Amino acid sequence: MTSEAPNILGELLLPVPEPDNQPYWDALRAGELRIQRCASCGELRHPPQPMCPRCGSFEHGWSLMSGRGEVFSYVVAHQPVHPALRDKTPFATVLVQLEEGPRLASNLVGVEPGEIEIGLPVEVVFHPVTEEITLALFRRAK
Amino acid sequence: MADHDHVAIVGIGETDYSGESGRSELMLALQAIRAALDDAGIAPHEVDGLMRWAVDTSSEASIADNLGLRDLAWFGEVSQAGNVGAALVASATAAIKAGLAEVVVIYRGVNGRSGRRYGSGAVTGRRGQGSAAFSEPFGLLTPQHGLAMMAQRRMYETGVTNRQFGMVAVTERAHANRNPRATFFDRPLTIEEHQQSRYVVEPFRLYDCCLETDGGGALVLTSLERARSLKSAPAVVRAAAQHGYAAAREYTDTSARFLAPRLWAQAGIGPGDIDVAQIYDHFAPFVIFALEDYGFADRGEGGPFVESGAISWEGGILPVNTSGGHLSEAYMQGMNQLLEGVRQVRGTSTAQVENVEASFVDTGIGTGAVILGPDA
Repeated sequence: MTSEAPNILGELLLPVPEPDNQPYWDALRAGELRIQRCASCGELRHPPQPMCPRCGSFEHGWSLMSGRGEVFSYVVAHQPVHPALRDKTPFATVLVQLEEGPRLASNLVGVEPGEIEIGLPVEVVFHPVTEEITLALFRRAK
Repeated sequence: MADHDHVAIVGIGETDYSGESGRSELMLALQAIRAALDDAGIAPHEVDGLMRWAVDTSSEASIADNLGLRDLAWFGEVSQAGNVGAALVASATAAIKAGLAEVVVIYRGVNGRSGRRYGSGAVTGRRGQGSAAFSEPFGLLTPQHGLAMMAQRRMYETGVTNRQFGMVAVTERAHANRNPRATFFDRPLTIEEHQQSRYVVEPFRLYDCCLETDGGGALVLTSLERARSLKSAPAVVRAAAQHGYAAAREYTDTSARFLAPRLWAQAGIGPGDIDVAQIYDHFAPFVIFALEDYGFADRGEGGPFVESGAISWEGGILPVNTSGGHLSEAYMQGMNQLLEGVRQVRGTSTAQVENVEASFVDTGIGTGAVILGPDA
């Protein structure tokens, strides 16, 4: 599923992939939401990082998520603090808790800021921004 | 006496607070340092230790160069952002106790309104790099966005209301209205005005947010032994601690939950023994969260605690941010609150609490805190 909606900041503030998180971005580009999982103890962790804070292992894989979750918290920004936001406020940023547990900051597609509430069921949509970067956004769950 | 009792804050200094200082950050820092040394009765060349906020621009070398220090024996900085004031006091205290330095100055000078503004992300923005790749592209650009996210969830979990946030702002404004140095000295604030003010980032309204300020501040620390021969009454460091990370931290926990047990154990007292508190109010709700996580009120009871008038200088059991705090005096990121914590020990605040034995200063909702008291 691909989204038509632009991400909030357009191309002015793109994620900068680094070796420790490159597989996350590679998966999104391929239309999959994969979260880093410790190969030793199985703990999921996000954002990606080299070491498991639970067991200390460096070994890890990238687990495919269902893409389903709910809004854990949200904010609605009314003051544009970035030039790219001048004509886009108010806009909402949500913290989505995936049904597997990890939480991701994101934006909602097709949901007005005033309609957002904690507990709203959502599902992932993939939004390509550049050839390298695809963002995981969310929409109201069907 | 607790272990830390042999170091004291013996000098305090500050500049005027404004929206446009018209001078360099280095000049602001030096003016504050000069005022603090004059207050202590210590000559500049006697300073042998310097400490600073890592995010600030004035290096210890440039300060030492201007002061003409004889021998800068010890210096350092603490990272993160504005929230490190008490951590600097803890480090300076440890350095003096260890004999690494005799007279340590903690300083800052910032053009936080006319220059680099926190609210613009100019200080903390990371251009989508590192872990910011997972937050900034979605609009979490400044500290206020992430903190609002946490506050929203905590409202959901504890039932605290935006009106209760407003009572923090209104109470602090009343304190600022007694303080001629405060930015909002001559501007009262009512709860109705707060409730009608626009949202900056929901759930934060305009008056839930701190000022942005140009100004400088400085503290002079030395041994209590030396302090007793100086001209100003010492504010003895009874406890000083910092906290940076806890694996067990839940999303809506503040650092105070983890720092508090160590702080109270070090001081040998508890929340009920504190006479007056300065609490890092970058955003009004976090005063309520701090009151809960330090143990001044139970979780979920901080809002009603504030509504009851408990944090007001006028009749409150725990007056909070008696100079007006970051919301109404100045946003010097903990520095102005450390200065006020010292004034409360000396008896020189414009909202003075009587017979202060334990003056509490939090400089980051648990990233650091100190307890100051008079020389026993």
